[in-house]
Amino acid sequence: MKLDALRSERLPNIWCPGCGNGIVLRALLEAIDQLKLDPDKVVLVSGIGCSSRAPAYTAFDNVHTLHGRAIPVATGIKLANPDLTVIVVTGDGDSSAIGGNHLIHAARRDVDITVIVFNNFNYGMTGGQGSPLTPVSSITTTAPNGTLDRPFDLVNLAAGAGATYVARSGIYFTKHMVDHIRKAIAHHGFSLVDAVAQCPTYFGRFNKKGSAGQMLVSQKDWMVLKSVADKKTPEELVGKTVIGEFVNIERNPAQSGEAPKEQA
Amino acid sequence: MPEKKTYKITHNRKWCKDCGICVAVCPKKVFEMDHNGRQAIVNPQDCIGCQMCVEHCPDFALIVEEVSHE
Repeated sequence: MKLDALRSERLPNIWCPGCGNGIVLRALLEAIDQLKLDPDKVVLVSGIGCSSRAPAYTAFDNVHTLHGRAIPVATGIKLANPDLTVIVVTGDGDSSAIGGNHLIHAARRDVDITVIVFNNFNYGMTGGQGSPLTPVSSITTTAPNGTLDRPFDLVNLAAGAGATYVARSGIYFTKHMVDHIRKAIAHHGFSLVDAVAQCPTYFGRFNKKGSAGQMLVSQKDWMVLKSVADKKTPEELVGKTVIGEFVNIERNPAQSGEAPKEQA
Repeated sequence: MPEKKTYKITHNRKWCKDCGICVAVCPKKVFEMDHNGRQAIVNPQDCIGCQMCVEHCPDFALIVEEVSHE
């Protein structure tokens, strides 16, 4: 695969050694490459965070917005120019904490954008604070004795809010991730991909997950494909994360509502 | 019997951060961390061209291409 859209002059990237964001960025570039989209018609919008540095390494048009406000900006871009393919590149804290309301309301409105959540379970850029996706009893800077709160299930949150395409994938399963990002971008309607990445510098070190390589390969142990998980009992799936496609429904034009005709 | 395919591994030392992911994912133990903790290609002849290291490299530092014998 040729990475034409990669801005080689900006590399090496700023991410820590072993950061999963680079793997998700590669999967995103490959998905866009497979769809053969016109590079001038693709816009990447990002918020604030480690993950939100990703669009700066691509040759597509990109907007780096306020913390959590990537989805409203993307909505505006899509409304102003519906011909563009708008992709929001955001982190777990950016999308679920500060931008949580924007996420659910964009899903409710069924805006035709794609949200790729680079989920590394903490706020990496500011020093490993707990995010709403940090698993229970994980150690973070803000919870040195273990997080007490339950995390969001981002997939069910988006599905409940009305997203028409929801998938989850992990960075170990790169082909799986490319497939689902490609389907999400091609999907007509609000689509969300929860791309489970890793933060070996903070989350991995605090929780003794081992080196970056060990963290990456361990995804084989704690992730289950949806087709396999459907045949298992809930007891067998404790502590496992299910990956795959969760929601894929055609947008219903009657339900979404057509724009009112302009009054003559 | 068909000839064994050979692959050329290009490693961009300037972009590599020695994270060790290629060492962990390679099924043929082509890579190794040397005594300085730096990534090294030790068994390039064993490469089967599966592209695991290329797809998992977060720094876009590896390229694996098939060598054509013509």
